[in-house]
Amino acid sequence: MAFISSGYNPAKPMEGRVSDIGPRHFGEYLPPVIKDNFGKWDYHEIIEAGILLHVAQSGDKTYTVRAATARLMTVTHIREICEIADKFCGGFVRFTTRNNLEFQVETEEAAKELKAFLNAQKFEGGSMKFPVGGTGAAVTNIVHTQGWVHCHTPATDASGTVKATMDVVFDDFTNMKLPAPVRISMACCLNMCGAVHCSDIAILGIHRKPPIIDHEYLDNLCEIPLAVAACPTGAVRPTKVEIEGKTYKTVAVKEERCMFCGNCYTMCPSLPLADGEGDGIAIMVGGKISNRITKPAFSKVVVPFVPNEPPRWPTLTKVIKKILDTYAAEANKYERLGDWANRIGWERFFEKCDLPFSEHLIDDFRDPAYYTWRQTTQFKW
Amino acid sequence: MAKHKTPLLDQLESGPWPSFVSDIKQEAASRAKNEKGLDYQIPVDCPEDLLGVLEMSYTDGETHWKHGGIVGVFGYGGGVIGRYCDQPEMFPGVAHFHTIRVAQPNGKWYSTKLLGDLMDIWELRGSGLTNMHGATGDIVFLGTSTPQLEEIFFELTHNLDIDLGGSGSNLRTPAACMGMSRCEYACYDSQELCYNLTMEYQDELHRPAFPYKFKFKFDACPNGCVAAIARSDLSFIGTWKDDIKVNQEAVAAYVGGEFPPNAGAHADRDWGPFDIQKEVVDLCPSKCISYEDGKLTIDNKECVRCMHCINTMPRALKVGDERGCSILCGAKAPILDGPQMGSLLVPFMEVNKDDDYQSIKDLIENVWDWWMEEGKNRERVGETMKRLGMAALVHAAGVPFDARQVQEPRHNPYIFWKADDVKGGWDRDINDFRKRHQR
Ligand code: HEM
Ligand code: HEM
Ligand code: HEM
Ligand code: SF4
Ligand code: SF4
Ligand code: SF4
Ligand code: SF4
Repeated sequence: MAFISSGYNPAKPMEGRVSDIGPRHFGEYLPPVIKDNFGKWDYHEIIEAGILLHVAQSGDKTYTVRAATARLMTVTHIREICEIADKFCGGFVRFTTRNNLEFQVETEEAAKELKAFLNAQKFEGGSMKFPVGGTGAAVTNIVHTQGWVHCHTPATDASGTVKATMDVVFDDFTNMKLPAPVRISMACCLNMCGAVHCSDIAILGIHRKPPIIDHEYLDNLCEIPLAVAACPTGAVRPTKVEIEGKTYKTVAVKEERCMFCGNCYTMCPSLPLADGEGDGIAIMVGGKISNRITKPAFSKVVVPFVPNEPPRWPTLTKVIKKILDTYAAEANKYERLGDWANRIGWERFFEKCDLPFSEHLIDDFRDPAYYTWRQTTQFKW
Repeated sequence: MAKHKTPLLDQLESGPWPSFVSDIKQEAASRAKNEKGLDYQIPVDCPEDLLGVLEMSYTDGETHWKHGGIVGVFGYGGGVIGRYCDQPEMFPGVAHFHTIRVAQPNGKWYSTKLLGDLMDIWELRGSGLTNMHGATGDIVFLGTSTPQLEEIFFELTHNLDIDLGGSGSNLRTPAACMGMSRCEYACYDSQELCYNLTMEYQDELHRPAFPYKFKFKFDACPNGCVAAIARSDLSFIGTWKDDIKVNQEAVAAYVGGEFPPNAGAHADRDWGPFDIQKEVVDLCPSKCISYEDGKLTIDNKECVRCMHCINTMPRALKVGDERGCSILCGAKAPILDGPQMGSLLVPFMEVNKDDDYQSIKDLIENVWDWWMEEGKNRERVGETMKRLGMAALVHAAGVPFDARQVQEPRHNPYIFWKADDVKGGWDRDINDFRKRHQR
């Protein structure tokens, strides 16, 4: 492995440096039909699952074929995407805000041909490379995070839980038979990088044990006041400990006040808390972003804990499937999952989805918790 | 022959959904073969060691990345997320495994030429693994070593004219919905505004100068395809002020069953024939639509522009012509104080490219001036709003107070007044009081 220079000169690092140029302008990458009709679209239609038609005021038409990706993808895979885009789409392709792919073609026949082609592409292990779907009242791609592939604070894995879940709900990716779109999101810790707090169904990694304190190193590695300020419940305070006759500046954690968020670890490497047996997943439901009919809403915790069961997380996927199927069977047309639960009442939601209700689901975080309790005699038996 | 046994990960190769395991294996095989004869600048078996370390995490249920990692390129304070494996002897290929955030074109439109050029750099100087894309929007190059960072940055800026994205306590990479490029609902050019502001605030993006991170997102209508209201500190959401445009003939075509409701989004299940009363009129949150004698009427003054009727009958109903955006402030994830969605700050703002979006820039800078001064260390603007009050933000932003800024007025009477606003002020003498009221 011989070092190949790009032209950068480490002896004169600031010489010839280019900075603050930002992204390329999107205008350079619009397919001609998109460029010509920019801002002049008349209407759209979903021809069938995974195929959209957009018609411009000029009468121009463009067909979009939407296909899934695993988000974590390789150079080889991206080159394959490029080959397809070169062959079918004049060398253009886009990614969606949920990490799906979209290919533009000119005719319905071409779109159907491309759909069939994409659906036929398989990895060696047998999974589909580009399954087509994710449009309309369907489950689309799962917005997710880094997990054990790259992050240091996760309580679960992202890529694995997502693959396991999408395999189980796959039928609803390739069909449009739900009352409304169902957005599933995933975050491997409660930093919630992504959309977990505002999704119909959300998978969230959680810890259940307080941090382990590395007293002998803490003061050298951490700014103690930052670790103290990091705690939402005031469980961390500065202190001193004596180990083998030596005194160390460190912190103490009031364990009964700690709810295992891991934020002190984010700020201080000497407070790790990951634990194979303690860690797992909380399931949240009922969030949405759009303003359609009802206002945007946060997702709510309905299952406080399911264990990590790599590689396929069977308990997690079973609960999600049950919630999804119950919603699909019971909700009205256009009703998002949270709108359905609000209409029937959360006590009924738990009953119908066969979920136990436990003390963990009652909010106890500061003043706003009160507003989540029931200040009325209106409830259902 | 794979370098590590991965019996658990192997089970994620079956099933219909694209398998990231199969894809990583395919990259590992491609690097091992090295048909192009590249002189790989980081270990050839980096993807294999990633699978190895991931298998180890699957076995013991814990991450194997060390805490943090501070790396980057000269001139910038962010853009690269450093990462080191906690078992470097076992998995030397990922001893260094830094990610680089690369600025993406808005709407995530690409030519295969651009993607190919990016991949050429990454194949040689990185792991060959990516995220397309990060939740914030960046192209994520997943895994390289420290000495390659400047080399990659040099190639990106000199050869491809592309910059890094943001990370740290600064303006992060802004992102937009696809807007006018392929959507008839777009009320402003979300991609252009996103691009313009990204360029305007390059300094704030590359060199952390804020109390904490700050994000912009741009949705061109209230459907929220980029989720601005939940995922950005300042959310720009398109809207209109005049009437929804109604095409009665197209309405009749929906009622007659010629056009599918919601553009066919529910096509794979039998929901019965379209019932305009039940599916549109009765579901309008404002109850401001009526359908009588084959004519659809909207009392636009009462419409809250939720998009439902337009989403359901896109060929018959169109957004108005007097367009702009609403600006909401303060969305964030739970840490520390609990999650927030954006709260309405400016009900309507013109989106005017001709004056280079000056009124929007003025507003942004007002908010920043306030938050940079008042925000505590690692306090999101949403939390500063909670601590100092929405009214303090409205003052700072220099916009008028408006009943639209609240869902409802306060129900406690713990009201602050300024001394100047109270007749006689606050300087009072107890002796004067005692003249009227004996002890
Ligand atoms: C511990 C190290 C962390 C890692 C490795 C990490 C990783 C990431 C990555 C890769 C993204 C996508 C970025 C992009 O597209 O450019 C992201 C987004 C995000 N991160 Fe983190 N993150 C970390 C810490 C945090 C913390 C401490 C918080 C909040 C307290 C946080 C909240 C978020 C949120 C809310 C998003 C999504 C924003 C959006 O939807 O646009 N992250 N994170
Ligand atoms: C012409 C109309 C529309 C276009 C072109 C459009 C485009 C898109 C695209 C390309 C995505 C990413 C999709 C994916 O990867 O699965 C998306 C996501 C989304 N769309 Fe739309 N959309 C349209 C209408 C709507 C409507 C009618 C709604 C709501 C009723 C809506 C709400 C959303 C939401 C909530 C997301 C997901 C955002 C997120 O959670 O990341 N969109 N849209
Ligand atoms: C100089 C200012 C104030 C004085 C001298 C004062 C005095 C008092 C006294 C003597 C009581 C007890 C009454 C009793 O139980 O017999 C009381 C109760 C109370 N005060 Fe004040 N107060 C002052 C300001 C305030 C303010 C500013 C608030 C609210 C922001 C407030 C809220 C209350 C409430 C809620 C109670 C009832 C507490 C309970 O339920 O026991 N007071 N106040
Ligand atoms: S959600 Fe938490 S664990 Fe997952 S990538 Fe974000 S910070 Fe890391
Ligand atoms: S894990 Fe969270 S709650 Fe527990 S001590 Fe750390 S910051 Fe506080
Ligand atoms: S947010 Fe609105 S304008 Fe933007 S793509 Fe979605 S539906 Fe279209
Ligand atoms: S946009 Fe919403 S509020 Fe306005 S008329 Fe249509 S359904 Fe009613």
